[in-house]
Amino acid sequence: MAKADLMDFDKALELFEPVLGFEVHVELNTRTKMFSSAPNPANNEFHDAEPNTLLTPVCLGLPGSLPVVNEQAVRYSISFGLALGCQIASSSRFARKNYFYPDLSKNYQISQYDEPIAFDGSVEVELASGRTVTVGIERAHMEEDAGKLTHVGGATGRIQGAEYSLVDYNRAGVPLVEVVTKMITGAEHDAPELAKAYVAAIRDIVLALGISEARMERGNLRCDANVSLSPRGSGKLGTRTETKNVNSLRSVERAVRYEIQRQAAILHRGGTITQETRHWHEDTGTTSPGRPKSDSDDYRYFPEPDLLPVEPSAELIEQLRAALPEAPAVHRRRLKEAWGFTDLEFQDVANAGLLVELEETVAAGAAPAQARKWWTGEISRLANASSVDPASLVSPANVAALVALIEAGEITDRIAREVLEGVIAGEGTPAEVVEKRGLKVVSDDTLLIAAIDEALAAQPDVLEKIRDGKVQAAGAVIGAVMKAMKGQADAARVRELVLERANA
Amino acid sequence: MSAHELISATASVLADRLARGEVSSVEVTQAHLDRIAAVDGELHAFLHVSAEALEAAAAVDRDRAGGAAMSPLAGVPVAIKDILCTYDMPSTAGSRILEGWVPPYDATVVKRLREARLVPLGKTNLDEFAMGSSTEFSAYGPTLNPWDLERIPGGSGGGSAAAVSAFEAPLALGSDTGGSIRQPAAVTGSVGMKPTYGGVSRYGAIALASSLDQVGPVTRSVLDAALLHDVIGGHDPHDSTSLTDAWPSFADAARAGAREGALKGVKVGVIKQLSGEGFQAGVRGRFAEALALMEAAGAELVEVSAPHFEYAIDAYYLILPAEASSNLAKFDSVRFGLRVNPPGGGTVEDVMAATRGAGLGPEVKRRIILGTYALSAGYYDAYYGSAQKVRTLIQRDFADAFAEVDVLVSPAAPTTAFKFGEKIDDPLAMYLNDVATIPANLAGVPGIGLPMGLAPEDGLPTGIQFMAPVREDARLYRVGAALEALLESSWGGPILRQSPMHPEAESNAISTKKGGD
Amino acid sequence: MSETAALDSAQVAHLANLARIELSPDELEKLTGELGVILDSIAKVSEVATPDVPATSHPVPMSNVFRADEPGETLTTEQALSGAPEHDGTRFAVSAILGEEQ
Repeated sequence: MAKADLMDFDKALELFEPVLGFEVHVELNTRTKMFSSAPNPANNEFHDAEPNTLLTPVCLGLPGSLPVVNEQAVRYSISFGLALGCQIASSSRFARKNYFYPDLSKNYQISQYDEPIAFDGSVEVELASGRTVTVGIERAHMEEDAGKLTHVGGATGRIQGAEYSLVDYNRAGVPLVEVVTKMITGAEHDAPELAKAYVAAIRDIVLALGISEARMERGNLRCDANVSLSPRGSGKLGTRTETKNVNSLRSVERAVRYEIQRQAAILHRGGTITQETRHWHEDTGTTSPGRPKSDSDDYRYFPEPDLLPVEPSAELIEQLRAALPEAPAVHRRRLKEAWGFTDLEFQDVANAGLLVELEETVAAGAAPAQARKWWTGEISRLANASSVDPASLVSPANVAALVALIEAGEITDRIAREVLEGVIAGEGTPAEVVEKRGLKVVSDDTLLIAAIDEALAAQPDVLEKIRDGKVQAAGAVIGAVMKAMKGQADAARVRELVLERANA
Repeated sequence: MSAHELISATASVLADRLARGEVSSVEVTQAHLDRIAAVDGELHAFLHVSAEALEAAAAVDRDRAGGAAMSPLAGVPVAIKDILCTYDMPSTAGSRILEGWVPPYDATVVKRLREARLVPLGKTNLDEFAMGSSTEFSAYGPTLNPWDLERIPGGSGGGSAAAVSAFEAPLALGSDTGGSIRQPAAVTGSVGMKPTYGGVSRYGAIALASSLDQVGPVTRSVLDAALLHDVIGGHDPHDSTSLTDAWPSFADAARAGAREGALKGVKVGVIKQLSGEGFQAGVRGRFAEALALMEAAGAELVEVSAPHFEYAIDAYYLILPAEASSNLAKFDSVRFGLRVNPPGGGTVEDVMAATRGAGLGPEVKRRIILGTYALSAGYYDAYYGSAQKVRTLIQRDFADAFAEVDVLVSPAAPTTAFKFGEKIDDPLAMYLNDVATIPANLAGVPGIGLPMGLAPEDGLPTGIQFMAPVREDARLYRVGAALEALLESSWGGPILRQSPMHPEAESNAISTKKGGD
Repeated sequence: MSETAALDSAQVAHLANLARIELSPDELEKLTGELGVILDSIAKVSEVATPDVPATSHPVPMSNVFRADEPGETLTTEQALSGAPEHDGTRFAVSAILGEEQ
């Protein structure tokens, strides 16, 4: 759809009330999969595995194989449910969701249907304006992830036009918790921002719990956004679309905004919205309809006969409740104080979804102000330029190392930007980039003195001028020396040396 | 021992001779391989004969000679129903869609056989994916009944039952979803046990209906079944539905049952709904005689009613297809098995449909589509949901009955073996073969089938079935062995001594090739 | 049981499609008849399945059967691919996919 078919956002909000709903899938970082003892690629330890190496007969759905539930995944799911303010079911069951798809090794997904492990909760979501929105949680249930398809042939590497597809089942069976919100009304103009803030809130919760790596670019956290528009004053709900493939916080916001504008334009023209799945395209910033799913009207759910009910004791639930970390909202208030940020500074970091990164950077030794400066400044700028999340570019440890190099005077701020680019390009840690690219500040006075001598020889009158009290004349020499050192000198030290020479 | 003696001996006798060093496992195994070579061309009990059997046997002999501690059945050959995964033999489930598939792993029960040093002889025939009562639905052709080659050997485990009753193997493994161990045992004059659900691991047994399937022994004596059950049973962490109970020795239970007086005071419940209507006259007659024999030995007969058993077949033919439709979805041409590309190629959806259209047989298609329907939105409550409720009612019938009696008894099958083709186009008639065996699967209780004599009208074997409460498998071995002892003393030996395929039989049904000896 | 009336061939074709089974016209016709007969026969389960009767999914009730979160033995890629009709050495190969991921 061309941009021309979008209604201006403000106008859309004048005419319609957006109604939202989210389904967020979180890959748990247990060591093994949901129903098999195969290593879990959603755990950092096994993330880099080669295709089809993290498999047991269960992951491949080999005839005769049987699932067995990972206890840790259940405990994580209960903790997650509690952190979402949910009730934990005294008895919950797994069910089979039947549909054929080549990434689904049994052609059914083991999920939960009418008896999820957690239900009826809420999450407080804070917006940039300081407004807090309570998002109701319908349910959180356990299930397994599917394998990964690679489409080969055709122009785009997408499913359309591909000649054949390749399947890697490493991801098949990765433990997932799917969190489904209740219908969200009243977000109004904040709807796109709320979408992003909600997903960020879920991310903060799972990171605080330590139950997921939560890296959206790796698919550890995936969001399907449901959007519908209700004509003002009609009291009627609109037809909703479900947008999938939204793989960054930024995209969540953009996708919701896009759907509001797209649907508004259609409705305003007198058209109707088709209830469908739509796919988000990061490159064009648009959504497009998925092919209708022939099987989706009938998943033929039934209780999974190979598995037994999960019946957590009240003791276990209370034990896990007691072990919950500080709620992210409380945690944030504590961080703000510890870092000494103003409201604006802190909100800046929070809105960028960088609190966790900042926290880890500070924990790795960086001063809070420096950490904030780099994350919200240069790193965010680079991330924006390539439409990715800042966190996917560089690790907090490397940012802290970069700040440490600056503090130690080994590199200048300007050089640090170049070092950062090197780190992002995968050239190693900041120290390694400095080494490889030869960016270290020249602190060897003899080298500097030689350069100064050279500069003075070219400008013999400078020393006289300095001695006559025209100290600013040193600038020309300092400039020449810095140029000769390719910027890798400490200008203040050069100045000192020039003045020493003049006064010798 | 002569070759005839080696193949007609029970496993327990062979085990004793092997333990005493009177015979080697290689000799025993070779005798059975020779027997298979002689008769199986016609009988077709086996889909695959192991090339490694003699090697495995030789290894047992070597280790035994070296003084290694050996489990009771070490060195005894065993046949394995082809629904069980074996890493060294194809595992086809009797289906074209798995033709030639060699799994990269062993089923837990197979692993336990190997650990106990039994010698796998090969894989036995079955109705495709264990759906059937006659082996006529095997994609590789039917197995013949050793008593009458024009008749079915029962199903789905007709291959295992025929293999033991034709003396091709002393022991076999079967699987029982609605009677696939017990009904073939009844029509071939052999013994078959369906353990308590969860008593034997299902890991590596290609699933038909997960909540009904159970692996169990198929043998020529109750003691042999108990010995094999001792090997394969017990908790398996790979099967979530596996019970963690510590089980008693079933062999000890069978030996205790064979001693005199074992039936004294045992309350035997005769199920009203499973003893009259629809059962062949000769079956009813032999059943009455067996009951009389037990009563004379001190058992107390009590008639019990199980009013909901009449709904058992109906519930079964909803639950089984529903679970099977899902379990069999994995046969899609992607990770294993057959792939059929439609003419001119096609999408993966087309390839899957073409593969399943060509690779699955008529009964499998029938049940998958029936199950797909039973689970469909809008029909779930009326069909699958209702069937699950019937299951509760049948469990209650059992609970009520077992409050009164120690074991329940019925004929194991309503008729003797029928002729090939007789019921193949009448699914409902075919389904009735399991009328007596299905309730045990729905309730998870154990059931044992053993021969109760030949029907006078056709001279073919009939079978009796005992059922006990969940976890009381040992009780069945005790009562089964007791009745077996009574019957065999009345017959003057095992029923299979009367089989035309007994090695000592005067007129062999199949003229065995004498080439080698 | 009006809601579970006999199947027509269009319904059977739909079910066969859901189950990814290609049927010939002959098979479709035969199955439609057979399934009708079977369904008529087994529909009587709903006679006794009254609302007060709970459903039984597992014959022997158990709960909380879990596995410790410890990696176990895995298949080699070669083993994993050993039964595949088509693969590229590391991944399974399938024809082009028509529908979207679910």
